[in-house]
Amino acid sequence: MLGETEPLDAAPLEPQTGGAAAIPRRGRSRYSILTRRDKTVMALMVGVPTFLCVTLIWLPTIASIGLSFTNWRGITPLTDQNLVGLKNYVTLFTTYPFFWPAVIHNVLWLVVFVFIATPIGIFLAVLLDREMRGTRIYQSVFFVPVVLSLAIVGFIWEQIYTSQGFLNSVLGHTSSSTAIDFLGNANLNIWAVLVAASWRHVGYVMVLYLAGLKSVDPTLREAAAIDGANARQIFFRVVFPVMRPINIVVVVITVIESLRAFDIAYIINRGKNGLELLSILITNNSISEANLLGFGSAIAVVLLLVSLVPIVTFLVRTMGRDTV
Amino acid sequence: MSEIATPAVQVSVAPAGRIRWQRVVLHSVLISFSLVWLFPILWTLFSALRPYGDVIADGAVSWPAHLSLDNFATAWTVASLPKYFVNTLIVAIPAVLITLWVSSMLAYVFARFSFRLNLFLLMMFTAGNLLPPQVIIVPLYRIYLALPLPRLLSDNGLVYDSYFGIILIHIVFQTGFCTFVLSNYMKTISRELTEAALVDGASLWTTYRRVILPLARPALAALATLLFTFIYNDFFWALILMKTGDKRPITSALNNFQGSFFTDQNVLAAMSFIVALPTILVYLVLSKQFVRGLTLGSTKG
Repeated sequence: MLGETEPLDAAPLEPQTGGAAAIPRRGRSRYSILTRRDKTVMALMVGVPTFLCVTLIWLPTIASIGLSFTNWRGITPLTDQNLVGLKNYVTLFTTYPFFWPAVIHNVLWLVVFVFIATPIGIFLAVLLDREMRGTRIYQSVFFVPVVLSLAIVGFIWEQIYTSQGFLNSVLGHTSSSTAIDFLGNANLNIWAVLVAASWRHVGYVMVLYLAGLKSVDPTLREAAAIDGANARQIFFRVVFPVMRPINIVVVVITVIESLRAFDIAYIINRGKNGLELLSILITNNSISEANLLGFGSAIAVVLLLVSLVPIVTFLVRTMGRDTV
Repeated sequence: MSEIATPAVQVSVAPAGRIRWQRVVLHSVLISFSLVWLFPILWTLFSALRPYGDVIADGAVSWPAHLSLDNFATAWTVASLPKYFVNTLIVAIPAVLITLWVSSMLAYVFARFSFRLNLFLLMMFTAGNLLPPQVIIVPLYRIYLALPLPRLLSDNGLVYDSYFGIILIHIVFQTGFCTFVLSNYMKTISRELTEAALVDGASLWTTYRRVILPLARPALAALATLLFTFIYNDFFWALILMKTGDKRPITSALNNFQGSFFTDQNVLAAMSFIVALPTILVYLVLSKQFVRGLTLGSTKG
């Protein structure tokens, strides 16, 4: 029974201690408890969800890759005739006018989230991580936007940005002819949207970071303070390095959120005229506006390849520790 | 302990006057941020309470001549909001319950029985959950159009445009996150409890049902709160996989209200406020559950 507490961590130690024979014996004793009916139940518990996950997520992912080499429009059955090789990718990278703007907007989204919204969230978490009157209230205030969908965030910020909205009124543009079109102007609207999206992202980072700060061993800070470090030094030299696992989770979530951006741009103008994003180009080309399934899939493959970077990082960081 | 320890050390280093001055600065910074953060929501509420005519006459930033709830009443009926809220519940209630059921079973097996395949499967579920949904939408859309469904569950005999289809994709997509969180949580539950039950002759199902589920209740409650919000906030799935605008849940139905649906900006503000309110209320009432659900996943239990 002693060896049963942490089997995953204990397993790699076995060869060193020379107890290799213990692995099969322990395994047998564990599973001999289970009856045949138990094993059937277990197979169903795992098998049904696995089947659904594979057919509805992973098969479509592979199908996207396959479709990206075709010119299929979904009307006639898919045959060898539809194979066009890399044509979709060539069109995408060279002549399609919305691809590079979309890439730039996704990158801009990422840059603003990583270098502005995330540091503000971390800053607020550090300020709030202390015994202080009202800390719960502050936390709730910053967290409220996180519980809203980006679609409704778009509607709420429209009240700030429209011709009769708050900003134009404050700037003195009372008639709709002189008003600044924050959401219609192709040079301005991405920034207007990024302010709204950051408003939501800051609270998310704050909550994740606060949870991380609470788990930092307090004696580390005490030791640093006794050694004469000031608050800034304690954070950057002691707390921040110790928080490495949380820092990685926060960066991964930030990257994934930037790649997933869809709702707010779609709700404002269907991702047109300055708000192009990769995610929206996929749906517009293949489903909502045209039926270029092959071409849309090529964009999906680009998005997939980029998304795999943060996803693999996340999996290795959070689960890799258990296996090695 | 940590919160108490830190200021105690600071007191010994810095004089009391400086501490008080620091507190004033700290609160001023936090209050300024709070006002900026609350402003968009408060502004929407303010707009919602004013008639459009007043805004046209006096400008948006002006002392309100009239305040009333008329815009809320108009938005409620003109946009048929009750219908869409019901649609949201039709999707969210089964989706939340089934997701928790499925992922708690998966998590139980992953946390208690070490097969070589477990880690691979857990990675597969979690990675699926992290994927941008648009990556799979083109083939998924075609699958939904091709899959038949009994008329009982679908008006057109297809998974496409049915509540069943929307509930299904929510379950499949959210199972990854919930399994990840729950298996971390279940690893903290004493192994002896389940093993003793199994040795005493309880079946696997009974052990899951009578031992694991009751002990995992705090994590399940936290996840239920979070899942409800996620599903309430879903815009994409029902937008693409549900053709009939009237059947869409509230957040996807927002797409129907875009453009010229509301000519009156202040009614639009009222509509926005009504749609934003449920998740804000869920958060204010269950904030502890909510934050716990979110952080359970990131800090490994």
